Amino acid sequence: MANVSSLNAAASFDSVSGQVAGPRGKKPRKALSRRNIILYGTLIVAALYYLLPLYVMVVTSLKGMPEIRLGNIFSPPVEITFEPWVKAWATACTGLNCDGLSRGFWNSVRILLPSVVVSIAVASVSGYALANWRFKGADVFFSILIVGAFIPYQVMIYPIVIVLRELGVYGTLTGLVIVHTIFGMPILTLLFRNYFTSLPEELFKAARIDGAGFWQIYFRIMLPMALPIFVVAMILQVTGIWNDFLFGVVFTRPDTYPMTVQLNNIVNSVQGVKEYNVNMAATLLTGAVPLIVYFVSGRLFVRGIAAGAVKG
Amino acid sequence: MATSVSIRELSLSFGAVTVLKDLNLDIRDGEFLVLLGSSGCGKSTLLNCIAGLLEPTDGQIFIKDRNVTWEEPKDRGIGMVFQSYALYPQMTVEKNLSFGLQVAKVPQAEIDKRVARAAEILQIGPLLKRKPAELSGGQRQRVAIGRALVRDVDVFLFDEPLSNLDAKLRSELRVEIKRLHQNLKNTMIYVTHDQIEALTLADRIAIMKSGVIQQLDDPIVIYNRPRNLFVAGFIGSPSMNFLRGEIALAGDRPVFTTHGVTFGLDAYDAAEPLTPGRKVVLGLRPEHIMIDSDVNSPELHEATVDIEEPMGADNLLWLKHAGHTMSVRIGGARRYAPGARVRMSFDMGLASLFDAETEDRI
Repeated sequence: MANVSSLNAAASFDSVSGQVAGPRGKKPRKALSRRNIILYGTLIVAALYYLLPLYVMVVTSLKGMPEIRLGNIFSPPVEITFEPWVKAWATACTGLNCDGLSRGFWNSVRILLPSVVVSIAVASVSGYALANWRFKGADVFFSILIVGAFIPYQVMIYPIVIVLRELGVYGTLTGLVIVHTIFGMPILTLLFRNYFTSLPEELFKAARIDGAGFWQIYFRIMLPMALPIFVVAMILQVTGIWNDFLFGVVFTRPDTYPMTVQLNNIVNSVQGVKEYNVNMAATLLTGAVPLIVYFVSGRLFVRGIAAGAVKG
Repeated sequence: MATSVSIRELSLSFGAVTVLKDLNLDIRDGEFLVLLGSSGCGKSTLLNCIAGLLEPTDGQIFIKDRNVTWEEPKDRGIGMVFQSYALYPQMTVEKNLSFGLQVAKVPQAEIDKRVARAAEILQIGPLLKRKPAELSGGQRQRVAIGRALVRDVDVFLFDEPLSNLDAKLRSELRVEIKRLHQNLKNTMIYVTHDQIEALTLADRIAIMKSGVIQQLDDPIVIYNRPRNLFVAGFIGSPSMNFLRGEIALAGDRPVFTTHGVTFGLDAYDAAEPLTPGRKVVLGLRPEHIMIDSDVNSPELHEATVDIEEPMGADNLLWLKHAGHTMSVRIGGARRYAPGARVRMSFDMGLASLFDAETEDRI
């Protein structure tokens, strides 16, 4: 009873002066504070800035040519047509071939898969060796590799053309795969080496005491812990190789052109009518692969970390 | 008794840095040897050399009378427990325990038997299906010990196994390791920087500094008869009081004198003649100084209480005495206010006297 009355007394006191209660618990925050307005305002403007061209591309690709000629690039299509997409994929002409981007797409896939798999496999093993099995000259080797990461590609194109010619793989997909694999090596090895160095050294020592050898430690101890870095490496390689234009145009022939080169030939053709809708559809198709990979594996990446693959 | 591990003139240097120098060490069969020292003294390096994880620059290592200097870690008959547990995070406890045996292609029935035995000894049976991330620190370290246990080895190597645990778990696991040693009777080599662990666990302690073993003895001898100033200062908490002075003669008796006060050295068991005029350091442990009602010698000194540090069971007094400060350990119930005057006497039979130049025990 005493408690209740004192509580009441406190409450009445409170209502008079408001001093007893004072601030308590969580501090309330305004949803529309100056900070939030600036923050979200900037984010929204930036997002619009990047989304607007995408919007224009999507709507243009869904319009017919007569509608495009009206010049209202922001207006949504009156009559939605998928004709440009079909044409871009299957019948658009580049040079003598009139089977659209599909040829370039499959070429790109045939370049991408072996390049990504081989470069990641080799780089992860060399990164592991550099991090854990300190061999003689490891530091020199590593320095050379890092320097390699900073040399501009253009410098090496002519020598590589000669090397590939001598090997007899110039102009073939194999040649391009070799080039992509080698050029991915410095940055990927660096990535893997740093990751494996960050794992506790005692884990490696424990595995050696347990009698595991080079490959057993790699496959049974290191590999299962390296999932996040494999995803990062995959994202880097897939986007890099898929978006590559320079190597594709230099080291292949028209029938083995990757998708990017073919896209360029479709969009930049100087004869005939500029089919804006087909160009837009072709560009969207070409950009779709890295985008999808990024969305799918980006989530995997976060899951890899959350699953405690890094924590021991 | 047969030797289990024997180290002959072992040296190791990384480039210009010498970590171990001409180190000799014989460890008896079934002995619990602790390598004790502050960080960077080379104790972990020595352990890694024994394990075969580091190649020595020079010297030999024998385990069970077999020269293993060039052997792979797995062929040395050792098991090792690390400070960070080093459990394989993606494997269950059971897989962690059996990994080494699977690599060695031990038959599955034998693996199951050994894992079951280790799980029983360490009481980790209920944890076998869990992943390391789901275990507490103490449980993880128990699994790590189990991993060494299943390998059925001659020698266990511990690299600061308790340093990552909190104080309570540390003392619990310390007792368990001691019990494990009593039951298994394996040779164990244990690296630590914690002197309590060293004193409580060891049959013998090797105190290291800059890659050299300073003293190798059983804990009681190390505590009471430190061979040099470094060992004396390293072992004991709160640490030994050091008084710098010289030897003089009072009549025909040798005394230690500093700042106008003298300490009779009749009770001191000197290994060398106490020549007058020799510059020396007198070491007195806080519990070997008696005050007020405890005084047990006619030779008394006066001092003033500077600071009192009550620690529950004990009470540590910092006394100002003739130009220096001394710590004295008394019972926790006896309290003194700062500024109080006390009389004290010294247990010179348990004191240590070091040469001021060489810092070696006299």
